[in-house]
Amino acid sequence: MSVNQVSVFLENKPGTLNKMTQALAKGGVNIRALSLADTNDFGIVRMIVNDVYEATSVLKEENFVATFTPVLIYAVSDETGSLDKILRAFTESEVNIEYMYAFAGKKNAYMIFRVTDTKKAEALLNGKGLKSLTQEEIAEV
Amino acid sequence: MERYFQEELECAPREKILALQNEKLLAQVKNVWENVPYYRAKMQEKNLTPDDIKSVDDLHKLPFLSKADLKAAYPYGLLARPLKDCVRIQSTSGTTGKRVVAFYTQHDIDVWEECCARAIVAAGGTNEDVCQVSYGYGLFTGGPGLNGGSHKVGCLTIPASSGNTERQIMFIMDLSATILCCTPSYAAYLGETMKEMGLTPEQIPLKAGIFGAEAWSEEMRRDIEKTLGIKAYDIYGLTEISGPGVSFECSEQHGMHINEDHFIAEIIDPDTGEVLPEGTQGELVFTSLDKEAFPLLRYRTRDICTLTREKCSCGRTHVRMTKPRGRSDDMLIIRGVNVFPSQIETVLLNNGYAANYQIIVDRVNNTDTFDINVEMTPDMFTDNVGEIQARRKVLEDGLRAMLGIKAKVTLVNPKTITRSEGKAVRVIDKRKI
Repeated sequence: MSVNQVSVFLENKPGTLNKMTQALAKGGVNIRALSLADTNDFGIVRMIVNDVYEATSVLKEENFVATFTPVLIYAVSDETGSLDKILRAFTESEVNIEYMYAFAGKKNAYMIFRVTDTKKAEALLNGKGLKSLTQEEIAEV
Repeated sequence: MERYFQEELECAPREKILALQNEKLLAQVKNVWENVPYYRAKMQEKNLTPDDIKSVDDLHKLPFLSKADLKAAYPYGLLARPLKDCVRIQSTSGTTGKRVVAFYTQHDIDVWEECCARAIVAAGGTNEDVCQVSYGYGLFTGGPGLNGGSHKVGCLTIPASSGNTERQIMFIMDLSATILCCTPSYAAYLGETMKEMGLTPEQIPLKAGIFGAEAWSEEMRRDIEKTLGIKAYDIYGLTEISGPGVSFECSEQHGMHINEDHFIAEIIDPDTGEVLPEGTQGELVFTSLDKEAFPLLRYRTRDICTLTREKCSCGRTHVRMTKPRGRSDDMLIIRGVNVFPSQIETVLLNNGYAANYQIIVDRVNNTDTFDINVEMTPDMFTDNVGEIQARRKVLEDGLRAMLGIKAKVTLVNPKTITRSEGKAVRVIDKRKI
């Protein structure tokens, strides 16, 4: 199952990112993973959070534009070659990665993948023995 | 069916209006000559006496008045009546530093309110309507003018004034307001907020809106009409001449009828002052025929527009003016090119952005920089950086095509551009020339 990532537009001004984290903190939203795509004059924050609906509603109240983006998350064990093994499955399935980032859980590391056709990619990777995590599973790790 | 507030005047044959204008103009010139030494001196400079003005055809001989004159004669220099006859002032901030202060006798206020009443009736208003006036009350003419007009029509009037958006929406919904009067940017803001609250156009009781005091585009009109589920009418006026209601739109929504029984409109070449023929774009000049306290003759509005006497299907015979392309005060000259904020608004709305923008002009190394801050909207946002940049490029190309010069667009967070509840601050000109 794909997971809903929260993507937020950020204008390029000191304090904007902090204003966003403030809103999330106030709303009791826990950020599990975060990555920032930046250009010269604006950025997009991508986050995995514990409560996507609460996150988007508090962000909207603070006048941020946010949207959900489906992403695939896989566990990467802490041993040599485990990321390579996952990416090989992507290569063999001819799945194109738009961007990826990672976070560390209690036991494993986790890679977050944004791909062009999430549903198709998930089925192909499932065939290779890769099981993506669900929203509920993310909350546990 | 088209309704009128004063049909015999609004639909009078041209000859009748001309006769009325001739009669009123001669009396007004005489009044000003006798009671306003400032204007008498201006006439004397041109070797004119009231006898030289025999009809409207001689109007072009009279000297102009401009904002500079209002400043020079501030505060009482253009007053034509003793203070005991005056009952009110209204005032507006001038771009030249001094505020404009206009004086009214009770008769002046009655005429002004009748003009506003004509606008409300032209928008379909009757005494069955609930009319919410969300223009600012006080020195600004918007609130008092439409308030008076609404009373004259017999509408139940909600003097909401501007601001406190939640309360505005509460009154509209709870009292089933059917007519809304405010600035177009505030109407757009109210619409946006109501949409966010989940209110559909079908649930909103409003049926018509009378919006003015700001330049706005056709695209913005369509936007407001869609979100509020109304027909939006333009109204025009200026404090110097009376206030809103100098001209207004009818059901045709195609140009605003100027109340010619009270005001004579001319179009002049802003550089030479020469009167231009009908249909030519130029600066709008007004002569107030009925004003007792503050009668301005040939007042230069600095608004750029066109007049047409083409027959209007609504039945009104008064001349129509196009929506001013922008007050020449609003016009920016950037790298030698004339830029009107309303043009930018058009391009934004056509490209899916909201009409919320701020223009920042500066001069670096003797070259003008031209930046436009545009608010990101949920519709235009995607998780893909390249896609956002591509959409911005389309917008920049559209602006270049419309304006003829390149502008740099910066995307900013929603609602970070100040939404004034009166007039929006659209331009920041940092050039020190």
